[in-house]
Amino acid sequence: MNKLLLNAFEQLRFLLRITRTHGIVRRYFVVNGFDGALTMLGLIIGFVISASANLTVVINACLGAAIALAVSGVSSAYVSEQAELRRALNDLEDAMMTDLKESAHGDAARWVPLLIALVNGIAPLIISLLIISPLWLSKLGIVFFVSPLFIAVIIAFILIFLLGVFLGRVSGVSWLYSGVKALLVALVTMSLIFLFAG
Amino acid sequence: MISVKRLVLDILKPHQPNALEFSCTLAGVDDDYRVELTVIEIDENTETVQVVIEGDNINFEAIQSAITNMGGSLHSIDVVEVQSEPDNL
Repeated sequence: MNKLLLNAFEQLRFLLRITRTHGIVRRYFVVNGFDGALTMLGLIIGFVISASANLTVVINACLGAAIALAVSGVSSAYVSEQAELRRALNDLEDAMMTDLKESAHGDAARWVPLLIALVNGIAPLIISLLIISPLWLSKLGIVFFVSPLFIAVIIAFILIFLLGVFLGRVSGVSWLYSGVKALLVALVTMSLIFLFAG
Repeated sequence: MISVKRLVLDILKPHQPNALEFSCTLAGVDDDYRVELTVIEIDENTETVQVVIEGDNINFEAIQSAITNMGGSLHSIDVVEVQSEPDNL
């Protein structure tokens, strides 16, 4: 079973390599992860401003947004990447003057869009679930010293900082600079919400 | 029994998998294959390569299948070296 999984993983890496889509997967992960984190931050700050929101309402609203982001991420990435990779396969078939559908290139055109779509959908979902986890824990009866909404905001900031750090490591610039830059985007978002929704 | 000892193949392949990965996959078809790949010509999307495969008993079908699986197209078999051996009963 382990060997089977390892082979599938190796095959997937091979398909990513021959289509040169490693970077695209990484980019989608960060872009949509960032989307998820900022959306949750915006929703939660909106509820903080509203003051009287019930915890169940907050959880349901955040969960609804997280699921919508995930479905939107999967469907949009799948449609666009499938079109791109099909076109690349057609170009290669024209150059090779042969049918490549049964080759690794054909497999890549079928499976890589699915992988990219899953990453694009799962990234905002996981990040959103992490951010709203204190709300769930509070609803389950776990007592926090501060408001669970405040803890959710802190988690959102931490995750946004970590996404910035990840980008910094990918691009080879200072992880601290990149993390702080991402954090500034979150602070600007929060300020805009306070400015317009207050 | 006749064993194929050496093959020189002319192959048109996409840029990916690259020459190293392409050679390693061909060498991995059996335990004792030795592969030498020379890039002859490079175009925008493809490259023409000459592949020399040496082994104790080369399985041509398996080699051809590996080439096709990597998106390559076998253009010609340029050199063949075979050897007849007495059958072991």
